[in-house]
Formats: sequence, C-alpha cells, structure tokens
Amino acid sequence: MTDIMGNGLNMQYSLLLPEILLGLTAFLVVFADLFSAELKIGYRLLPLLTVAGLVAALAASLILADQNSDFAMLVTVDAFTTFFRVLFCAVAIALIIGSHEYIESHVNHPGEFFALLLLSTAGASFMAGARDLLTAYLAVEVLSFSLYIAVSLGRNDPRSGEAALKYVLLGGVASAFLLYGLSFIYGVAGSTQYATIAEALGGDVSAVRGELVLGLVLIVAGLGFKASAVPFHMWTPDAYEGAPIPVTAYLSATSKAATFALLLRWFAGPLLPAINEWQWMIAVLATATMVLGNLVALQQRNIKRLLAYSSIAQVGFMLMALVGMSQITAGGLLVHLGGYLITNLTVFIAVIHFYNRTGKEQISDFKGLAQTNPYLALVMTAGLFSLAGMPLLVGFFTKFILFQSVVEADFLWLVVVAVVASTISLFYYLQVIKQMYLYQPDGDPARWRLTPTGYLTTGVLLAAVVVLGVWGTPLYEVADHAAAALFPA
Amino acid sequence: MTSNDGYVLLALMLVPLGTAGLLMLIPSKERAAIVGLTALSSLSMFVMALYVFCRYSFSGDSDSMFQGTLAWTWMENVGVLGDKGIQLKVGVDGIGASLALLTGIVTVPATWVSWKIQNGLKDFFILLYILVAGVFGVFVLTDLFFWFLFYEVALLPMYLLIAVWGSTRKEYGAMKLMMMLMAGSIFIFTAIFALFTHVGAGTFDMEVLIDAQKTEGFQKTFFPLVAIGCGVLGAMFPLHSWSPDGHASAPTAVSMLHAGVLMKVGAFGVLRLGFQMMPDGGAYWAPALIVVGIVAAMYGAISALKQTDMKLMMGFSSVSHMGYVFIGLGTFNSIGWTGAVLQMTAHGLMTALFFLLIGGMYDQSHNREIPNFSGMAKQMPIWSVFFILASLASLGLPGMSGFIAEVHIFIGAFRAYPVVGGLAVLTAAITATYLLRMLAQAFFGEMNERWTGLHEITVMERAGATVLAAAILTLGLWPTPWIDRITPSIIHIPGVTL
Repeated sequence: MTDIMGNGLNMQYSLLLPEILLGLTAFLVVFADLFSAELKIGYRLLPLLTVAGLVAALAASLILADQNSDFAMLVTVDAFTTFFRVLFCAVAIALIIGSHEYIESHVNHPGEFFALLLLSTAGASFMAGARDLLTAYLAVEVLSFSLYIAVSLGRNDPRSGEAALKYVLLGGVASAFLLYGLSFIYGVAGSTQYATIAEALGGDVSAVRGELVLGLVLIVAGLGFKASAVPFHMWTPDAYEGAPIPVTAYLSATSKAATFALLLRWFAGPLLPAINEWQWMIAVLATATMVLGNLVALQQRNIKRLLAYSSIAQVGFMLMALVGMSQITAGGLLVHLGGYLITNLTVFIAVIHFYNRTGKEQISDFKGLAQTNPYLALVMTAGLFSLAGMPLLVGFFTKFILFQSVVEADFLWLVVVAVVASTISLFYYLQVIKQMYLYQPDGDPARWRLTPTGYLTTGVLLAAVVVLGVWGTPLYEVADHAAAALFPA
Repeated sequence: MTSNDGYVLLALMLVPLGTAGLLMLIPSKERAAIVGLTALSSLSMFVMALYVFCRYSFSGDSDSMFQGTLAWTWMENVGVLGDKGIQLKVGVDGIGASLALLTGIVTVPATWVSWKIQNGLKDFFILLYILVAGVFGVFVLTDLFFWFLFYEVALLPMYLLIAVWGSTRKEYGAMKLMMMLMAGSIFIFTAIFALFTHVGAGTFDMEVLIDAQKTEGFQKTFFPLVAIGCGVLGAMFPLHSWSPDGHASAPTAVSMLHAGVLMKVGAFGVLRLGFQMMPDGGAYWAPALIVVGIVAAMYGAISALKQTDMKLMMGFSSVSHMGYVFIGLGTFNSIGWTGAVLQMTAHGLMTALFFLLIGGMYDQSHNREIPNFSGMAKQMPIWSVFFILASLASLGLPGMSGFIAEVHIFIGAFRAYPVVGGLAVLTAAITATYLLRMLAQAFFGEMNERWTGLHEITVMERAGATVLAAAILTLGLWPTPWIDRITPSIIHIPGVTL
C-alpha cells in the first residue's frame, strides 16, 4: 500500500500484535459475559480471560522489543513504545488479579468493565506509539471514552454517576481544546506526521508565531486536563472519589502514564524545536501542580481523595522533567513513572482489600489496622512512604534520579520547589500511618486475613517496591534505553 | 586498615539490617528469641566497631583519606550517571571510626534497657535496628547517594518509635521532630544535587567529589545549605526546637540513641559534606557557625536552668553541648576540630547515660519533675552514683570525657576568637549551676516519703550504665587513642590551621 504521495507504506500488522490481542480479548470477554447463562460460565472466567489476554499482549510486546520500525507511518514500535506496552499490560494484570473480588461485588456489568479496561490499555499503548497527530488523538479518545464509562460502573453508589458526568463533561471540553490545538499545529506545520512537524517547526516560523503559541497553549491545557495538572485538575478528586476503586487506581496509573507518554513523544519530538514557546507554560504548570496538589492534600479526610491529590502532586514532579527536555530528563521521568506506578498500585490494592473487608474509605477508618491486619498495614506504610520518597523504597531512588536529572538541565529552582513539596507530602502520608499504628481499632478488633490473590499481588508489589528501592539499576537501564529511542542520535 | 577490613565496615550496616529482617520472621510471643538475637547482634556490632577503631592505622601512609575502602558498582553509564555512578562504597577516616565506635558502645546498653518493654517488643527492635543501621551507614559510607539514603533511613523509624512507645506529648513530639528533620533534608537534597551537577563527573563517589575543583562562589552558596540541613539534626540553634520535645517524649532507648548518636550524625554531616567537600565555603562561613554555636551553648544552658522536667533539662543541655561542637567546627583550626569530634563522643556517652538513668527511674515513678524529688541518694544509691557521675562528666570535671573535649574546644576558640573562648568558659559555669542545683535538690537533703516505694534500677540498667560509665572514664583518662585518629584526618582538609 502507498500513501497519497505514492510512497510505499510498511503494512506489517504483526507490529500491532499486542493491541490486536487486547482488542480481540475485549470482544471475547464481552461475548463470554453476554452468553454466560447459555455457556454456563461463572464470573471467575472473566478476569481469567482478561488476564490471559493481557499476558499474551505483554509477551507479544516483549517479542517485538527488538523491532525498530513503524506501521504505515502511523505507529512507531521502538524501545519507548515497548516500555509503555509492558508497563500498561503489567499494571492491568496486577490490578485485575488484585481487585477481582471487589469488581465482582461492587461493579455493575463486570464483563463490560473488563472489556473497557482492555480497550483503554490498547488506547494507552497507542498513545505511546503514535507518530501521527490524528492517531494520537484517536488513541486519547479510546482511552478516555473507556474510562468515562468505567467510572460510572460503581454499583449502588450515587457518587459514581456524578463522577462520571463530571469526568465526561470536563474531559469532553479538554478533548475539544486538544483537537483545536492540534489543528493550529497542523496549520503551522502543514502535516500531522511528527517527523514533518519537527522539520517545519525547526525552520523559520516567526510569521505564524501567534498561531503556534495558541496551538501550544490549547494542547498543554487539553493534556493538562488529562494528566490532572493544576489548574485543570478540578475533576480529579470527584472522579477519583466516585469511581470504583480499581478504576481510580487505573486513572491514577495507566491514564496518567499514557498522558506522559504522549507528552514525551510530542515535546521531545515534533514540538521540541518550539521549546522556547512552551517551556515556561510547563514550568508554571509544574510549580502550581506541586504546590497546590500537596497543600490541598493536607485537608483530605477520604483516602481516595487523599490519593487523588497525592497523584496530582506527583504529576507536578513529572511535569518538571518536561521543562528541561533532554534524554537525561526523559530517562529520569520514565524511571519515576515506573516507580510511581508500582508504588501507587501497591497502595491502591491495599485500599481495595481494606474496602472489601470493611466497606469504609475514610482515613480515620484505618484506625488500628496494625492490630487487625499487620501485614496490610505494613504494605500501606511501605507504599505511602515510598510515595513520599523515603529511602530503601523505590520512591526514594526514582525521585532522586528524577530530581538530579532536572538539576542537570539547570532547573535547580524547580527542584527546590519539588523537594519542599515532597516534604509536605510526608505530613499527610504520616496521617494515614498514624491512624494505623497509634490508635486502637474502632470496630471489631479480631485479626483478619487477605484472600490468596490479595497476598499474591500485594506481596509481589511490595517486593518490587523494596527490591527496586535498594537495587533500581534494571529499572533505570530500561528507562534510559527507552528515553534514548526518543532522541535518535 | 586493609581493604579486607572493608567487609567489617559493610557488616556494621548489614548486621543491624539483617537483625531487623530476622526479627520480622520471629513470632512476637517468642520474647526469649528476640532478646537473644538482639543481645547477640548488639554485642557483635560493638565488637566490630571496636575492631574498626583499633585497626584504623593513624601513623601509616596517608595518601588516601579513607581506610578500608571497598566498592561495588551499583549503576553506571546510564542517564545522569557516568563512570562509577553510584557505588556501594565503604571506608572510614579517623572521625568516622571514632563515631562508629560511639554508636557501637551506645547500642549495647540501649538494647539491654529495651528488653523490659511489654508491648510490641519485636516491632520496637525492628525499627530501632533500622535506625542503628542508618547511623552506622552514615559513618562508614563514602558514596554520597548511599550516604544520604542511610541518613534518611536513620530518621525514618523515629516517628513510629516515639509516637507508639513514647511518653507524655508523644504524638506532638514525634510529628514535630519528623517534619523538622525532613525539612532539614530539603537543604541537603538541594546541596547534593547541586554538587553533583557542579562537579560534573557523573559520580557520587565522595573521594572524587572531595578532590574535584569547585568554584569559590559555589562553595559559599551551598555550604550554608549543608550547615542548615545537617544542623537541624545536630540541633543547631535556632533549628533545635524539635530536640527537647522529641527527647522528652521518646522512649528511653530512642532518647539514648537519638541524643547520643543521631545528633552527632548531623554534626558529622556538616563536617563531611560541608567542610570536607566545600572547604572554601566552610572557611567563609566559619565565623557564622561560631556565633550560632556560642548562642546555642548559652541559650541551651540558660534554658536548662529553667527546666523542671529532667528529660527536658537534658534536652536543652544537649542543645548547649552541641553548641560546643559547632564552636569547635567554627574555629577552623585542628585543635578546635579535634575538640568538636571529641565532644560528639563525650556528649554521646554521657547523654546516653543520663537518659538511661532517667528512663529507669521514670518507669517506676512516672514522674520526672525535679522539685518532686529529694534525698534520692538514700533510696536509690547505685542509681544516684551513676547519675552524679554523668552530671560531673557533663559539667566537664577533669578525668571525665567532657573535660578533655571542652578543653580542646576552649583552646581552639581562644586561638581563633578570644571573646568566644571566654563566653564558652562562662557557659561551662552555667552548666555546672543547673547540674549541681539539680543534684542538690533531687539527691540530697530530706528523703521525700512519696518515693519510698521506688526500687533500685534493674540489673540490665545497672550493667548498661556501667558500660557507659566505663567508656566515659576511659575517654576522660586516656583520650590519646581518639586524638591520634581524629587529628590526622582533620589535617587533610585544606585551609585548616594548627
């Protein structure tokens, strides 16, 4: 096949195997759910099928890891794409194994839920791989639409519907901003291909500087919504609080990471020549996000809202890496993203199991957890301390590397803000830890145990948090390799 | 020391960490196993610390700053990191060896007196040994990344140790301490990032960072950050306010380790990260340090005069004594610095003894108000003897550890700024006032009938007190081994006068 200019296109479908597998599994899951009565299959098959599909997609991503080519000028398959494909599949696997009991009892239509999770994972990995603005935009929408619906699937919880409505309205506005911004970029550069845009913006654009800046502002605002950067974060706490907890975890993990994959692709690629136009915007956004996210988190009483604001604060740290865009800061960002995803999942899965047992989600409900379930209290503590960047845990290592790389890019002042913000964050994480260890349990003081899959997922994640905290070398090497793909020599 | 001794240095960190790990596997009910394991572990730490101290060769070839150097590459040539990047690298100079020995000595009695804890003995020791591992790590690591990692490891368990096992205003004291110390880390973080980038060698290896050329402007800008950051942990005035509250609410063993060892980590950080890495900045800011030091010494002593709670008095007394350390560092001459490091050791030993004794008494009486006591020497003679000994060491009686340290500092201060020397001596007089007044009030005179039920301190506490008292007397009567190790290490620092 050729493009409109008559150039040959690489139509090697096997490059898209992971996403194809995810899509097929999604249909299979919906089908199985639809005919569950006729086929006599219980709920248990659905998560199994989903995990099988994700494992297959993960394996396919690893098989394609050595590839360095593109599909029809639309999707790049390189180390960067592979990094995110693997990450997203792993996140979804851990999440489903860790929360299938919750989904069974607290989520409407589990079949659709799993299918949406699979589709959004496919969308997320297309966001990392796209090399054309339209492909990227479609990927963003696949991810977003799946999540709009997923947020609304909470059973018997009116907050779920409210959250979904807020999310879909504001998300729709953000998408409109984004698309409008992209049209300006197309207007300035005359192409939707990343490579062509980079060439065009590298030339003389002084005649259309106004349009360029307007486009950039719209893009930053649109993606700021998706990543929940301050001041575009308003939907986040409500959506996080109302959504079923696994969806909240997914929002704070994959959805966020995918946005950063896209930001990295754009700001290290087609938009890099215009760095002087967007650098200050991101710097302002990063500072506001770090400061406000952490300060507002101080006042939260609900664990989901607390984690929502904490994740907003984390976005601030990550945005910081975009400001002084280079291979080094990109590597630092990817390391931190990896560490953040692992840590955040650890905390969320612990919260999910706490909720399964108690049905409560206020911070004060964690009173005495150290007595009723010391293991879960340990997992929570390790996770929260890691989010705060405490040593021997992965959060310390990744923050250290991220901050050092931003200092290398000569943005010491931003890092000072970040370190201060990070110290503030310790205060609210300690509030949760305090509840668990200092007080007697309010209700039933009997010890309780997690389910086997609960032990499995939290155990593996806790081990990852500790091992990578002490020996983060593999993570950094993989991340650096992925970052190198963004900056071909 | 040969590089084989590096394995001992490594073991100093790994033994407490490993003990903490093993403790997690022991069921909480097995108190005997917990006691046995911690006894063995603390004793082996002490032996290893003593071995390091003895093996440190102070006369031999001195082409390298650190002895017993041993390094494992952690990660290199990736991202911001160049050759050597981050290494797990151990090595000590005379200062590190002295302070590691101090940690080894204090850990043993701190372990002994903690065995009487009833609730959560296992969890207490897990956290305590993580703290000890952090402290040892700071003294023996020579890679800045891991140095800072262990620095934070030493702070991390503090919150739960105080908030769960502490007394009086424990939640407030724990949170205040934690947030202030972490705020101090902000400054250290910043300085480390800036130093790494400024040197531009892509490595956190301290030897490289120390030898590298740094501009004078850089050193003058970033030295204060290190001094403030580490100064918070060293209870440097006016950043000390966490310390009296924290000590007052901490459980006995934590007060011992915290006042005895952890505060020294702060002063050690000023030395290692500040003066060794940025000597020009240090020379520039030394007068400021001396002013801060003398203000702290006087302010701490005067505040201690007003205190009635024994632990609070000791908390302020610690601020005062740490003030001497900063005076010593600010003199920028070798005798003052030797005095500063000696003072760290001396103060560590005697404060640990104080807190051990106060804890032993408080566990029975649940009262620490000095005016409530009198004639205790009749009721608890052994306890009183140790207490009087600690007080005499604290006020600098010749023959005790405090004297030898303070003499060095005073001589150094008189050489640098005679006025400061005079004020420092005056402070020593105030110190004598509050200590002797407390002794007169609480230990002599009419026996207070209220306390006739009090028993002598336990056997383990007596044993622990004996260890510390022996160390105080050894350092007081025969300080040569310490001075021989400390002074040559200081001469390495450029610009230091004799």
